[in-house]
Amino acid sequence: MNTDHDVQRRLLADMIRIRVFEERCAELYGESKIRGFLHLYIGEEAVASGVMSCLQPDDAVLATYREHGHALLRGVSAESIMSEMFGKSTGCSGGRGGSMHLFDAATRFFGGNAIVGGHLPLAVGLGLADQMLGRTGSVTVCFFGEGAMAEGEFHEAVNLAALWNVPVLFCCENNRYAMGTSLQSSESQVNLALKAASYEIPAWSVDGMDVMEVHRATTKALSAIRSGGGPMFIEFQTYRFRAHSMFDPDLYRDPAEVERWKERDPITTFAGRLVADDVITDDELEAMWAAARDETDVAVAAADAAPIESVDTLLDHVTRPLDQPPVDPAQVSGDHDEVDEVWP
Amino acid sequence: MSEPMVITYRDAMREALRDALATDERVFIMGEDVADYGGTYAVTKGLYEEFGRDRVRNTPLSESGFVGAGIGAALGGLRPIVEIMTVNFSLLALDQLVNTAATLLHMSGGQFNVPLVVRTTTGAGRQLAAQHSHSLEGWFAHVPGLKVIAPATPSDARWMLPTALADPNPVVIFEHSGLYNDRGPVDPNTGPVGIEHAVIRRAGEDLTIVAWAGMLPKALEAADQLATAGISAEVIDLRSLRPIDLPTISSSVLRTHRAIVVDEGWRTGGLNAELAAAITETCFWTLDAPVRRLASSEVPIPYSKHLETAAIPQVADIVAAAHDLTGGGT
Repeated sequence: MNTDHDVQRRLLADMIRIRVFEERCAELYGESKIRGFLHLYIGEEAVASGVMSCLQPDDAVLATYREHGHALLRGVSAESIMSEMFGKSTGCSGGRGGSMHLFDAATRFFGGNAIVGGHLPLAVGLGLADQMLGRTGSVTVCFFGEGAMAEGEFHEAVNLAALWNVPVLFCCENNRYAMGTSLQSSESQVNLALKAASYEIPAWSVDGMDVMEVHRATTKALSAIRSGGGPMFIEFQTYRFRAHSMFDPDLYRDPAEVERWKERDPITTFAGRLVADDVITDDELEAMWAAARDETDVAVAAADAAPIESVDTLLDHVTRPLDQPPVDPAQVSGDHDEVDEVWP
Repeated sequence: MSEPMVITYRDAMREALRDALATDERVFIMGEDVADYGGTYAVTKGLYEEFGRDRVRNTPLSESGFVGAGIGAALGGLRPIVEIMTVNFSLLALDQLVNTAATLLHMSGGQFNVPLVVRTTTGAGRQLAAQHSHSLEGWFAHVPGLKVIAPATPSDARWMLPTALADPNPVVIFEHSGLYNDRGPVDPNTGPVGIEHAVIRRAGEDLTIVAWAGMLPKALEAADQLATAGISAEVIDLRSLRPIDLPTISSSVLRTHRAIVVDEGWRTGGLNAELAAAITETCFWTLDAPVRRLASSEVPIPYSKHLETAAIPQVADIVAAAHDLTGGGT
């Protein structure tokens, strides 16, 4: 067996899983099975696939609201993700989160965060916990878009991470548009790695349309971080083929620009390479698509059949109850003795 | 066991922090100048020498960053105590507290709780003007998913913190800066006390005064003055701003038939409004007078002493309102 080829086949299959899942989501949105905001990852699959394939079970992952693919590759089942988007009780967030808020404690998947930049400080804290609790070798991987780099929280988080040398990999998914605002309109410095490097952390940019480039860069970064190298930043240059969300008429991009990027489709280009290099056969490639369609079909059927939460549970999960009731403060201090009689 | 001591609120809070650091290695403190400087209000003074810089951790001026890091650290298994210098600065971290700390448990379907404690100072009275003196705790009390407490006595400063730390939810502690030098009994045998209860600090029959934080000493002093005029005021220390312990308040008002709510925050949309409405809803048919609200004037807190004093409720205001409600007393 050629392990390099195994990795390549897996990465291709992972990208295909995301693509099929996302295309199905778009259809289901049209059928009103999925509601709310829906942000698709089509075109950007190489980033999540290349990064997630390098993670260990003890690592922590935080992602944005465009996170179905990250959750899927982290090991959250397609069924529980789809059920969440259907608003069902079997969803990975019990129907409280929806598309933008997928969570899974078992795989240390910390969302599904929809305040741009808001989860970056959390990554620093998770890294700090690993550091202070002696969980050497664990890494927190934090995905965010280039739009987040205009937020103060990006700067506060990266500064803290650098000061405290925490094991965090900052993964910037630069798809060139923050909703409809282009990189040139939102950043005075469009060299994002240069911006991050000003915080004295290793930072570089890679081709996010090439899954092997993503995988290699992430492998290198994680190896350094796991051995105490401190936080790092990678910009993955990528592109979303679909509009920002299902509400977006996509008026701000030249259709020719979209078509140019589609020529660099991370799945078709990589699949073409693997077939040409005899790493996979056409039949094996078709089997990958079929397996992904099967996975998604099963997920959709299960989500459709799943029950909804009872409205009686509406107020669940707002606060968690205490393990032990503490002392009644009215009984505490001697100078309150006279009030005993007035307690109900 | 040792006897109760009379110590300041500041020392009581420091003792609570020291005890937490000493007994639970997951606990650490972070915030601006909490280490060498000893904290802006000297609450953490001496702790970094005892526990080191990792556990008494200075942060840069990044309120959103370090509160968010506190949330992440809590998710990662630590028990962070984050100090924000004043409530005005906490607004820079409002995104983390409201959008993340308060929502994660719910958004994740009950999977991710945030055992985070945030301490911050609140209140006027030190001539610190309009960016260091406000009482915005009512804003936090508005948010489901947070617990909001305001210890007003040294004993509560000492014994509410361990309960807050044991709580699996985010707890925001408001410490009124005017209380730090107040002295009171702290019994080392008390142990952690409930943080969701209001407490009757002084029993009375003619009216109920609900106050918290910096308004509690004023309410108690007003009750003393009213007693000499023959008016028996019951004083309730709200302690927990979220959740509100309505049973304790309404059972008092059902006996006294009159209520005054004293809030150092603004009147419009304030916690005082919530309390007045809740009392009215539960006690309307037994009230002998409309519920009275005393709140800060609708103005940013001014610098000049006399203007600042005029802007916030004072003892004389409470006494006057009580006379008014009770028909002038006896």
